[in-house]
Amino acid sequence: MGLILIAAEVAGGSPSPLTLELVSHARTLGDEVAVVVLDPEADAVLPALGAHGASRAYVGQERAYREHLGQPAAHVVSALVDRVRPALVLFPGTQEGRDLAARVSARLQLPVLANAIDVTGDGDDFLVRSSIFGATVDVVTRTRSRSPLVLVRPKSFTATASGGPPPVTEVLPLPAEAPLGARRLESVVAPSAGPGLEEAKVVVSGGRGMQEAANFEVLEHLARQLGGAVGASRAVVDAGWVPYALQVGQTGKTVKPDVYIACGISGAMQHLVGMKGSSHIVAINKDPDAPIFKLSDLGVVGDALKVVPALIEELRARGLS
Amino acid sequence: MKVAVFVKQIPDPTGVGRLDPATHLLVRDGAELVLDPGDANGVEAALRVVEANGGEVVAITMGGERAAEVLRKAMAMGAGSAIHVADDRLRGSDALATARVLAAAVARSGCELVVAGTESTDGYTGTVPAAVAELLGWPALTFAKALEVDSGTVRIQRQTPAGHDVVEASLPAVVTVTGAINEPRYPSLRGIMAAKSKPLELLSLDDLGVPPDEVGLAGAGQEVISAAPAPERAAGELIEDDGSAARRIADYLAELKVI
Repeated sequence: MGLILIAAEVAGGSPSPLTLELVSHARTLGDEVAVVVLDPEADAVLPALGAHGASRAYVGQERAYREHLGQPAAHVVSALVDRVRPALVLFPGTQEGRDLAARVSARLQLPVLANAIDVTGDGDDFLVRSSIFGATVDVVTRTRSRSPLVLVRPKSFTATASGGPPPVTEVLPLPAEAPLGARRLESVVAPSAGPGLEEAKVVVSGGRGMQEAANFEVLEHLARQLGGAVGASRAVVDAGWVPYALQVGQTGKTVKPDVYIACGISGAMQHLVGMKGSSHIVAINKDPDAPIFKLSDLGVVGDALKVVPALIEELRARGLS
Repeated sequence: MKVAVFVKQIPDPTGVGRLDPATHLLVRDGAELVLDPGDANGVEAALRVVEANGGEVVAITMGGERAAEVLRKAMAMGAGSAIHVADDRLRGSDALATARVLAAAVARSGCELVVAGTESTDGYTGTVPAAVAELLGWPALTFAKALEVDSGTVRIQRQTPAGHDVVEASLPAVVTVTGAINEPRYPSLRGIMAAKSKPLELLSLDDLGVPPDEVGLAGAGQEVISAAPAPERAAGELIEDDGSAARRIADYLAELKVI
């Protein structure tokens, strides 16, 4: 099936978890897995990429890739795709991945498929599975162009080490004529506490049914008792009750905890895609017809503002403070 | 300055979406069609830019005959004019083809800023605005939760997983906005009346000079081969809270050995 190219992302000196998921899965799709790593810290992440199956790496370490959004990377990745003609290009389904894939698609007139949850080979083509309408419908799309571009959702695949050596590296210079475009002036980090939402074994999430921002305190309390993290629906993030870092769903985080407790969340489709992979789902909502109940293992028709405090008391009685 | 805003008519997102079993295209008949709520944030953001800097908002859509309804809605909110790209040959267009058409419409409109939602609420592809930017050779400032335009410079707060980035570019540029950026205004009765007489330009592919073989189902670089209900989770237990629900949840958490 030829060469599978992955647009790698670097986070805190390591390949992002999603990047390693893509590299691992790419081993099942092609004869050779290559990565393109455009980041000042690219060097540092090459061994880990090799250890997950990348045998070739195209590397650029200019600061422009951090300082500017999309355009320099799109220029270089497009030229690379045009030159090496990969059978398939996989992008992390992140903000950066989306901007990059969109631009490469436009530059090379190649189709882009978004929100993939599975990719398999089909002769010379690929079958891309995505779920739509709040994960109630699975759509399978067959690619029929050279080098199709596919954006993959986090946690669709498992990262597994292959034990491979560091990849053979080729340096890609950033041409002087590449447009730089929008510039990052500063990055503001919002403070956060407790385990990361994406790693937590228990996630306690709140939606509109929590009525107001102050009521998220009880969710934080419950999350603390359970050693978990607090999440939120997009509606309450948009309303400014909690920071975007807590958003679970299509444009937020994808979580797969052991237990997901949805409090006052009706279950809009864009929320469900971010949490439906949870092992166990508990939902508390006033509306017995709320879509969230179709996914829940234990559904409680009731007011989250009453049930959650009662649950905190119940857990306290069982020895959890 | 002239500011373009992309708007899309979608089936009411609070309803249940359906695909045509034969064509795998979204069923629009019978569903209530509305302005994508994410685009309402885009219209509001564009109006605020024009209110601060002077100029006019041009609402742009691509879609069938009824898509004109969302252009009227955008004009009722305050957009000054609208462009409707409608052509039977566009049916089944993918994200790239959509971007080609919208980029051509923007170029023709003379706008120097494009505002769009981050992604549509029906398809969630989210690649159209950045592809439009690439086709026009413009920067794209995506995921904005705040937007400011001042003497030829556009600056946003870009939502990031950790907080936000401040991002800046010179015009012309494309900006995508999240729902956090504003609270869209409701059209006033006066606005709704005024919208009826605002200019709405109807354009075909030929008007835009976009080759028909590069759009629609014919131009799509992929084909949907199946759409089937996703494997359902086993039906769970549903209880009414009569005061004992907290105990039931705690028991369940104990069963799962979470506590």
